[in-house]
Amino acid sequence: MPVVNLNRKVFDKLVGKKLTTEQLKDRISYLGTDLEKIDDKEIIVEVFPNRPDMLSEQGFSRAFSSFIGVKKGLRNYKVIKSTYKVIVDPSVRSIRPYTACAVVKNLRFDDEKIREIIQIQEKLHVTFGRDRKKAAIGIYPMEKIKWPIKYLAKKPNDIKFQPLESNKIMTSIQILNDHPTGKRYKHLLEGKDKYPLFVDSNNEILSMPPIINSHNVGKIDERTKDVFIECSGFDFNTLKQTLNIIVTALDDMGGDIYSVEINYGKKFVTPNLNPVEMKLDLNYVNKLLGLNLKQNDVKKYLEKMGHDYKSKVLIPAYRTDILHPIDLVEDIAIAYGYENFNELIPKISTIAEENKFEIFKNKIADLLVGFNLIEVSSYHITNNKEINNYMNLDNDYVKLISSNEEYNALRTSMIPNLLKILGNNKHNEYPQNIFEMGNIFRKGKTETGIEEETRLAVVLCHSKANFTEIKQIIDSLLENLGLNCSTENIEHNSFIPGRVGKIIIKGKETAIIGEIHPSVLVNFGIETPVSVFELDLIKLKELL
Amino acid sequence: MYINELIETLHPLERKVLPVLKENIELKELINKTKLEEVEVIRALQWLQNKKIIEIKEELKEVISLDKNGQEYVKTGLPETRFLRSLTKELSFDEIKKKANLTNEEFNISLGFLKRNDLISISNNKIKITEKGKKHEETKEKFLKKLPIEMKDLGKQKEIYEELKKRKEIIKVDIVKLRYVKLTELGKKLMNEKISDDLIDTLTTSIIKSNAWKNKKFRRYDIKVNVPKIYPGKRHFVNQAIQNIKKIWLDMGFKEMQGSLVQTSFWNFDTLFTAQDHPVRELQDTYFIKNPSNGNLPDKELVKKVKLTHENGWTTNSKGWQYSWDEKEAKRNVLRTHTTVLSVKTISMLKQSDLPCKFFSVGKVFRNETLDWKHLFEFYQVEGIVVDENANFRHLLGYLKEYYKKLGFEKVRFRPAYFPYTEFSVEPEVFHPVRKEWIELGGAGIFRPEVVKPLLGKDIPVLAWGQGMERSIIDYYNIKDLREVYNNDLKKLREFKLWLR
Repeated sequence: MPVVNLNRKVFDKLVGKKLTTEQLKDRISYLGTDLEKIDDKEIIVEVFPNRPDMLSEQGFSRAFSSFIGVKKGLRNYKVIKSTYKVIVDPSVRSIRPYTACAVVKNLRFDDEKIREIIQIQEKLHVTFGRDRKKAAIGIYPMEKIKWPIKYLAKKPNDIKFQPLESNKIMTSIQILNDHPTGKRYKHLLEGKDKYPLFVDSNNEILSMPPIINSHNVGKIDERTKDVFIECSGFDFNTLKQTLNIIVTALDDMGGDIYSVEINYGKKFVTPNLNPVEMKLDLNYVNKLLGLNLKQNDVKKYLEKMGHDYKSKVLIPAYRTDILHPIDLVEDIAIAYGYENFNELIPKISTIAEENKFEIFKNKIADLLVGFNLIEVSSYHITNNKEINNYMNLDNDYVKLISSNEEYNALRTSMIPNLLKILGNNKHNEYPQNIFEMGNIFRKGKTETGIEEETRLAVVLCHSKANFTEIKQIIDSLLENLGLNCSTENIEHNSFIPGRVGKIIIKGKETAIIGEIHPSVLVNFGIETPVSVFELDLIKLKELL
Repeated sequence: MYINELIETLHPLERKVLPVLKENIELKELINKTKLEEVEVIRALQWLQNKKIIEIKEELKEVISLDKNGQEYVKTGLPETRFLRSLTKELSFDEIKKKANLTNEEFNISLGFLKRNDLISISNNKIKITEKGKKHEETKEKFLKKLPIEMKDLGKQKEIYEELKKRKEIIKVDIVKLRYVKLTELGKKLMNEKISDDLIDTLTTSIIKSNAWKNKKFRRYDIKVNVPKIYPGKRHFVNQAIQNIKKIWLDMGFKEMQGSLVQTSFWNFDTLFTAQDHPVRELQDTYFIKNPSNGNLPDKELVKKVKLTHENGWTTNSKGWQYSWDEKEAKRNVLRTHTTVLSVKTISMLKQSDLPCKFFSVGKVFRNETLDWKHLFEFYQVEGIVVDENANFRHLLGYLKEYYKKLGFEKVRFRPAYFPYTEFSVEPEVFHPVRKEWIELGGAGIFRPEVVKPLLGKDIPVLAWGQGMERSIIDYYNIKDLREVYNNDLKKLREFKLWLR
């Protein structure tokens, strides 16, 4: 989750009220933010991903100020009409089709403000912008731009400019291959025959989104007063929301927002900061909260979350997370205070029921504990070396997409895991007689194409462990279930020839039993004899 | 204790050792005299000491004894003696080596020594014994024959010892622990008593049957003595805790859910209204199956509802995520990242007549995490849902508070949170009595209408929660590193106390 650093002085000023550290700790938590650190100078909070509007000093302070009741209700953000135009060329349609733009004037930049703006831009990139894939943001000083601006795409070889953090003119290909930011975001333009550009009427390149701004026209500093802002991406709606979040934060910094006309052939004007209307039924609110709020209470709580409530709820344009009236109900709950709800267990009658197979497994485990066996618990995820190579096998198995060589396969049997455990316990007292019940995986005809089987493996390891002893346990186990079995010889590379067989119950092959071959023991680093059986528990239960 | 009662406590081994005891007797001597095994004598002495009959004094001493080559030289003579003895006439180097049977190394050492002491003379590569050599008496051999002796008794032989010590594997020095017995006042008194042997030691079937026990005394045991440890068979401690957690939910009227560990993304993510570009659906968070990579989607009707809900909210009254939903992405197989997938599958099968209903599960879930002290890539999740037309937020808090209380956490608080598929979202926190701080323990909420309506056909509140289990049980076992939960150290598994909650 994204972390936002707040300058305590700036924060206090924006909030409009000074709270003690203890009060802040409490209130910040109950607004639904994780407080990472707080001292006299700095507050560090972790913002949940549904609230990108809180990723800046301005946005966070705005929400907090309403929450503690200082500046409540909908804030009025004015968009001044202008003649600024951005013309979108059809060439970007298959590359990065949309942009939403604005101009903000009369900002007085200083080091602190530049830091704040860069923080908003970065945090939005990483979260809401999905690391610039969904939305990339560019901010440019106005004084160097000759309007109108064009958004177009050109062949890579036709693009040359001096990018930020470089002292020379580079081609677009050089930027992607050699510039640190270029290399970092290169994958976002992979496979495109043209790259997108913002170009002004002097034919000066502003930037190559979503990669980098130009050094000449795309760098803000302390002298900058007015800025041009663009967001580019694939979904116009997302871009408009991103833009709203930034311009409202800049307005809170003291700037004035101006509109920009975007010409896609059809013309749009951005940003649009009109509140969004949503209907909210009072009964719905009370039913879900288990409260008995009046119209006026609801209004009070909505205002503490930055909304207005007339006949409908008016939602600020930067709140991207309100998809459904339920989201407003949650806002009301937060404003009411989670700590103020009385917990209640309703008197409804439902019948408890434990899963039948789980009951069966527990009964088996209880019996095995009576044989002095210790239950172990291992991972489902393993590797081919252990399930096949170490076992002298070459069976098909389910592979995972994983960069970790040790954990990239699903187990096909419980036995390798148990042998691995024995190999890790050589320094401990013998006998080491253990068991585990768990799922194994193989390809099959199910919804996912993978079949899961629940198996029980019992492994005996001590100087006299042998076939007889392990057979005694399975015989006794089956006898306790009212079953008996016969044994048939089989060949199996993991076992000593002539000391391995399958267990047949009511004509069905249900288990494998035998003494593990010394070559397998050596693979797992075991120096003590091991006998084992592995039983299909699902089949076993069906046979009861 | 009276002296005769004390006598009755004596073990047969003690009875064999007692008669030969005297002041300052050494362990070796005791072994010889009693003809018992060393371990038996040591055990008897230990018991006698426990009864305050004797004290055992230990003394360390350095003993010089023959090493490998030394043992040989005692028989055949030191190389220099053999060298000197072979010089019955003038001989060349090779002739001496052969005659005295010397290795090159032995020859060189001997030559040096003999020459230094003027015992031989060399001219024209021939060696001759000197007059001094003829009279020479080898004191080192005498010393070797005397071994073993104690270091403190070396006296004048110190020089010989120093010289031999420098040479290869002739002598060695061992530190030997000697144990002497010292009789206590009680011991001395006991030595004057007659020690009767007519006690029953082990009660046997034949003694019982034959009435031989009548009018006889039993040997008294020292019941304070430590006995060897044994260990029971046992369930794994995680499974013990699971049984307890299951019982909590069963006590509250919940029904258990179970299901596959491998699921399609459709059930694991899409039905939970997790947008297809949500970071949790990327490789670095989730284990995707490489082969078979795709599964099948359920009936078309449900798929369509889920698709439309993502795209524009369908009839849920929501705006949806406003993107184009891709069936291919939904088919991708994953190791389930939460047991919430069991909850949505359960909801999709409910009929109106089933309501209200409550379900829980405790099952493994998987996250593509690097294993370290606070992260596991597989862990248990405790999951619960309540499907009830009249359910509300207060009920959610009520169930959770009761659960955590039963789990042993008295103080619980609830904070706002965010999960993509719940609204309200709550983070329950419990107060850690030792660390004196609030600890986040799971997530909860009410399923969004975008989750419930496509599955159930209508929007009713479904209370839901999930909690990673391991973190709530490791304090009980004093485990600090999560990896220890599944490292299956049998010593620990044997020694951990039972889950007593």
